Amino acid sequence: MLDRLHDHGRARRVFRLRILFAALISLVVVLTLLGRAAWLQIAQHEHYLIKAEQNRTRVVVVAPERGRIFDARGEVVADNVATYQVQITPEHSQDVAAELAMLADVLGLDAHAVEALEERIRVSRRFDPVLVKADLDEVERARIARLKPWLSGTEIVSSLKRVYPYRALLAHVVGYVGRINAEDVKRLDPDAYQGTQYIGKTGIERQYEDRLHGEPGYRMVEVDALGREVKVLDTQRPVPGKDIALTVDVGLQGVAAAALGEYAGAIVAQDPRDGAIRAMVSRPSFDPNLFVDGISHKAYRELLEDPDRPLYNRATRATYPPGSTIKPVMGLAGMEYGLIDPEERFFAGPHYQIPGNTHRYRDWRKWGHGWVDFEESVFRSVDVYYYDLAYRMGIDRMHAFLTEFGIGQKTGIDLPGESAGLMPSRDWKQRVKQQVWFPGETVIAGIGQGYMLSTILQLADMTSILATSGVRHVPWLVAADRQPQPRLELSSDDYWQRARGAMRAVVGHDRGTAHKIEAPYPIAGKTGTAQVFSVGQDEEYDAEELAHRLHDHALFVGFAPYDDPKLSVAVLAEHGGSGSGTAAPIARQVMDFWFGVEPDAEVQPEFSEHGD
Amino acid sequence: MVSDRLQPVRLGDRLGATLRSVFQLDPILLFFVALIAMIGVVAGYSAAEQSEAWVERSIVRLGLGFGLMLLIAQIPQRWFFVVAPWLFAVVVLMLVAVWLVGDMGGGARRWLDLGVIRFQPAELMKVAMPMMIAWFLARRPVPPRPLDVLVAMLAVGIPTILIAGQPDLGSALLIMASGLFVLFFAGLSWWYIGGFVALAAAAMPVMWFFVMHAYQKERVLTLIDPTNDPLGAGYHTIQSMIAIGSGGIWGKGWLQGTQSHLDFLPEGTTDFILAVYAEEFGLVGLLVLFLLYLAVIWRGLWIAEHAESVEGRLLAASISMTFMVYVLVNAGMVLGLLPVVGAPLPLMSYGGTALVTIMVGLGMLMSIRTQRSFLGHDR
Repeated sequence: MLDRLHDHGRARRVFRLRILFAALISLVVVLTLLGRAAWLQIAQHEHYLIKAEQNRTRVVVVAPERGRIFDARGEVVADNVATYQVQITPEHSQDVAAELAMLADVLGLDAHAVEALEERIRVSRRFDPVLVKADLDEVERARIARLKPWLSGTEIVSSLKRVYPYRALLAHVVGYVGRINAEDVKRLDPDAYQGTQYIGKTGIERQYEDRLHGEPGYRMVEVDALGREVKVLDTQRPVPGKDIALTVDVGLQGVAAAALGEYAGAIVAQDPRDGAIRAMVSRPSFDPNLFVDGISHKAYRELLEDPDRPLYNRATRATYPPGSTIKPVMGLAGMEYGLIDPEERFFAGPHYQIPGNTHRYRDWRKWGHGWVDFEESVFRSVDVYYYDLAYRMGIDRMHAFLTEFGIGQKTGIDLPGESAGLMPSRDWKQRVKQQVWFPGETVIAGIGQGYMLSTILQLADMTSILATSGVRHVPWLVAADRQPQPRLELSSDDYWQRARGAMRAVVGHDRGTAHKIEAPYPIAGKTGTAQVFSVGQDEEYDAEELAHRLHDHALFVGFAPYDDPKLSVAVLAEHGGSGSGTAAPIARQVMDFWFGVEPDAEVQPEFSEHGD
Repeated sequence: MVSDRLQPVRLGDRLGATLRSVFQLDPILLFFVALIAMIGVVAGYSAAEQSEAWVERSIVRLGLGFGLMLLIAQIPQRWFFVVAPWLFAVVVLMLVAVWLVGDMGGGARRWLDLGVIRFQPAELMKVAMPMMIAWFLARRPVPPRPLDVLVAMLAVGIPTILIAGQPDLGSALLIMASGLFVLFFAGLSWWYIGGFVALAAAAMPVMWFFVMHAYQKERVLTLIDPTNDPLGAGYHTIQSMIAIGSGGIWGKGWLQGTQSHLDFLPEGTTDFILAVYAEEFGLVGLLVLFLLYLAVIWRGLWIAEHAESVEGRLLAASISMTFMVYVLVNAGMVLGLLPVVGAPLPLMSYGGTALVTIMVGLGMLMSIRTQRSFLGHDR
């Protein structure tokens, strides 16, 4: 009994110690848990707070509506058109299969399409809408609307798509938008373009991207663990892009494109009073709508590899020898430098020789022109007159003077990808060809051949300077703040009148090279030919095609009315043969439309003396 | 034989004595337990998307649970030990039956369908185990002799292995702990304890390579680096830690937790309710809650210390410390200290079976507190 009692007492002591030990252990456990909690909630609090916030919120960007583009009369040339698509959200649907069957019926989907849709619905999240059909027409929309009471998971949503209603007509001016690609991402502000599908790729769409794009809005939403929107925390409405009005007149553009007919080429019509471009045609063209939703690789290759190069802007990017169209400017230079007296008569034989050299620079007219003064040298386009003038002027002065008219320099028009052309000089030749300048090169530069290259836009601009006796403007398509250009001052304003008068005679004089386009309003101008030296690109042509390809390019520059110029026009018809026969009548049609005059007769290109 | 009844009587003691004698319960334990249960409802209301239906269901369950606890408290404690060996034997047989013919549920064979009722024998074992070992060791000298230890270890080991094989690692762990705690309190020599710890350490690699399932290993690996598998095994841990950490010291406020309301936190009303609570009530809330748990544990240990029978004090101490393990396993998981095992937080997690087990244990604690022993063992 005593032993048991002793035993019992010992058991109690052991038990008490163990209880104390257990109490201590549980205290340590609780303190450990609290310590861990404190570490998470104090030391790591910031870290986890950010994580929780990131978990919780998503920013959904709402793309702004792109500004539209209008022509000078207010016709829309780049529009945003609503397209409708029908989509189904499984979560909201009573019976997905039944709804799909109804939709398949009204939309005419085949069994294969329905199967594909069912698969897509199966793999997507229940609250994510699945696209059933895009680009719904009105009938389809109406049918779905009528069935709406039975289609709880179905909805029709609209989105805006860029549309160019004039298709190919303005493709090179307006350009087009396309899906943003990796190249674009490098040059744009990623914040501003979240949620935006399109970006201007070429033309006005690219040049005025910032103005057209607008600023995106956003919705900050709270989402649950599955990514489903729970509530909207904050919203910012997008600021739509600004509309843009072009100086181009769609009517004039259409007439100009039609006047060019089957020829590849370019027409630029400019208001000489302020530099506004009224028409800018490049042919052949392409349909910019193809690019909006991503052109297929095959279609793009076809456009790229088309020997007529429809994507190429022949008005601002392509360069051609300006040919005889620079003769009035050459004459001005001659007068300014005191090298010619416009009244003085010069004997123009069939060819020109540099003193002490046997090489003969032939006139286009085999037997020459005989005694001509300055005016006749222009309206008869006397090559020998200008060979002589150029030789006496020298390339340096020629370069200085023609540069004042924009040859070899970008005009600064508000379009991307403009070419500068080329006004050759000693420097240039040394730099690029590592050769000295030869006097013979000066001679042919006098008639706008040789190295000299210009864009049709430059020729139109040059013509405007002549038309306004030296008033210069940067050509433009969209009104903007522009620095006024200093007027080109010459020693005597009479020189301007001499050059302009000579251009008037080209059309007005009965022996002028463009006399057949004489109109009820006075047109002044100059014909020209751009020689084709080689066949472009490594293409094979059959004989007939080859003959055509070797045909010279026809040029005409002109302005009207002579006394109060309101329109300058530069025309290039590739392989058109003669400026007088092909290019001048085209310019006449453009002017006729602008001045509201019906052509007195169908202007037919006719074979005349190859007179430029 | 100095009885504490002869000590000066204070009002609280008198009230307690009255409650003890009339209702047979321990008001202190009841107070802490009720507070925790209330916190559980408050946190659960938030986690359950403020569903009043959920609150109703929860309160009904808690009411039944408290009823059960008070009912158990009325049972004279000696009865526990009269039924202990029989109950234990029956439950072991059930576990064998589960092993042979049990129902699958959630990838594990845990359920026994008796036609009328479908239940997990493992839950019953959580009650039966400490009763059995306490009954067995109460009759043995202190410290237990080697043969007694061996028998007790077998009685602990066999059900543990059966349950671990279901597999239900969480329950196996708790059941093993409840049995071993009895051995500990019965005065098991520190040599045995040290040996057991060494054995457990040695067994770990064996467990890892031969016993543990791939998903269990994954959970352990995930604990070491949750970001390893952020959307898979680590998802629970990461989201839980985000919830707790973002709560900060003062919490985001009741019903303001974003992690649970937006469903980032899984099992918000059950296994991960502590994370919901910690997000909304912060470190301060956790401090209060953990102190309440500590109070329950310490009150349990106090009851054990003052129990009038050897069986009673062994059982009471084991129940208290098993309760502590419950808290540790769940809170450790939620706080990212321990692997993810499906263990509920006592009195907080919403769930019928676990609540029944806990309430039975607490009821037995109260019974031990209030019922005199009639087994002839005087103190």
